Amino acid sequence: MLTIQDILETNRMIKENNLDVRTITMGISLRNCSHPDVQVFCKNIYDKITRTAQNLVRVGEDIEAEYGIPIINKRISVTPIAIAAESCLTDNYVAVAMALDAAAKAVGVNFIGGFSALVDKGYTIGDRRLIESIPYALAETERVCSSVSLASTRCGINMDCVQEMGHIIKKTAELTKDRDALGCAKLVVFANAVPDNPFMAGAFHGVTEPECAISVGVSGPGVVKRALEEVKGQDFGAVAETVKKTAFKITRVGQLVAQEASQRLGATFGIVDLSLAPTPAVGDSVAHILEEMGLESCGAPGTTAALALLNDAVKKGGLMASSYVGGLSGAFIPVSEDAGMIAAVEKGSLSLEKLEAMTCVCSVGLDMIAVPGDTSASTISAIIADEAAIGMINNKTTAVRIIPVPGKNVGDKVEFGGLLGYSPILPVNKFKSDDFIARGGRIPAPVRSLTN
Amino acid sequence: MKIVLTIVGQDRVGITAMVSNTLAENNINILNINQNIVDGFFNMVMIADMSESKLSLKDLQLLLKTRGQAMGLDIRVQHEDIFKIMHRI
Repeated sequence: MLTIQDILETNRMIKENNLDVRTITMGISLRNCSHPDVQVFCKNIYDKITRTAQNLVRVGEDIEAEYGIPIINKRISVTPIAIAAESCLTDNYVAVAMALDAAAKAVGVNFIGGFSALVDKGYTIGDRRLIESIPYALAETERVCSSVSLASTRCGINMDCVQEMGHIIKKTAELTKDRDALGCAKLVVFANAVPDNPFMAGAFHGVTEPECAISVGVSGPGVVKRALEEVKGQDFGAVAETVKKTAFKITRVGQLVAQEASQRLGATFGIVDLSLAPTPAVGDSVAHILEEMGLESCGAPGTTAALALLNDAVKKGGLMASSYVGGLSGAFIPVSEDAGMIAAVEKGSLSLEKLEAMTCVCSVGLDMIAVPGDTSASTISAIIADEAAIGMINNKTTAVRIIPVPGKNVGDKVEFGGLLGYSPILPVNKFKSDDFIARGGRIPAPVRSLTN
Repeated sequence: MKIVLTIVGQDRVGITAMVSNTLAENNINILNINQNIVDGFFNMVMIADMSESKLSLKDLQLLLKTRGQAMGLDIRVQHEDIFKIMHRI
């Protein structure tokens, strides 16, 4: 029999510490939608998405009501469009992005991910068309998210694409400058991209995935912070144990929701993603967990060690709580989406360089970083190259979601609204990397890729 | 199906009666009640079985929400699995 303490603890986590399920993401394969006529292809994908996901939002809302656990987002990821649309006889995929946007609106999801290309080793025709279409697609649509995977431990780093993405990000910023370069908040560049990530903006339905799969991302930085308040001053063994136990409980909720959602929607149970995902709301911050461990402000010396402990303990606690764990599974550090990170940047304790160090020990990377609008394309490319190198060498996912906000400079702020939050503009190293980026080509796969 | 009800609000006459009557009217069997008053605040947690009820969980939530609001109470009704999965392996 349940005890009253158990019941009150669960409800306190939900009501006071912002425990929620961040997203139920339905992955849909579009591999059987291809057609040489882009208009027919668009109709095929619109019909398939709206048919497959017609009950997604209602089922999400039913589960939310029955169990009393908030489910913040219901989302869709699709087969990378560079693959699905490759046989279309067209020179760009903007119409495809608009069809995805229309389908997302029709079924009531707030984001649809998969306007993506996987070019770790090189481009196909479809990859080129897709990447060139990204700025226009993000300017023309509201709910479409885009990602480009350009490096992996297995393939090395596609430096031609690194170079191109600097320009694509600048162009996206320019085309959405009336909305503070919002387009860039929906564009992620990956190394070691995962095929079953439920979180936006980097979600896509990978080629190894089944026809339709449900992936669930849980959240609960507030719950972890609250649990750590109970072990103030105790040693790191106690900290790790507390995080593990809390992560177990949080993940169990994700397991229940994923199980129910996949069963009710007739889809495969994909994975539960163990990531700790913050929101700009007070009491839902990863930075505040690190500060609870004894740091004056996030970014202070010790931050990387604190984050490493947190990230590892979340995985250890979460692994046993779910039958299938996957996705990104690690603490997120998106600057504009985390009240503690925002405050740390404002105080001057958290810099781009410290964030880069932090990405070595957590998921995912330089996330939601607003930089001056005059940051050059080659500097953005070089930042991507550094992050991709960390991912490649450490056999982990890294990502860059950077927003060069036109007309804004250090000292200004940018407001994206909602879960995307707001951020002060971070300063960027002023020394140039132009000649480095101009080389192009491919950085060979590292020794550690040769594991056979 | 077992459900968990949590009722919180300013203490007054008739809270337990109202909740119990609502459950009885709808053929929902109370299995466990835990109730106390802290600083004038009424706290009650109930576990009940609604497998014999014709009412859906959603309708029960709505009914108790309306009746609870009229008495200044916050009433949550949840499927018990959310608690079981978190606290039992």
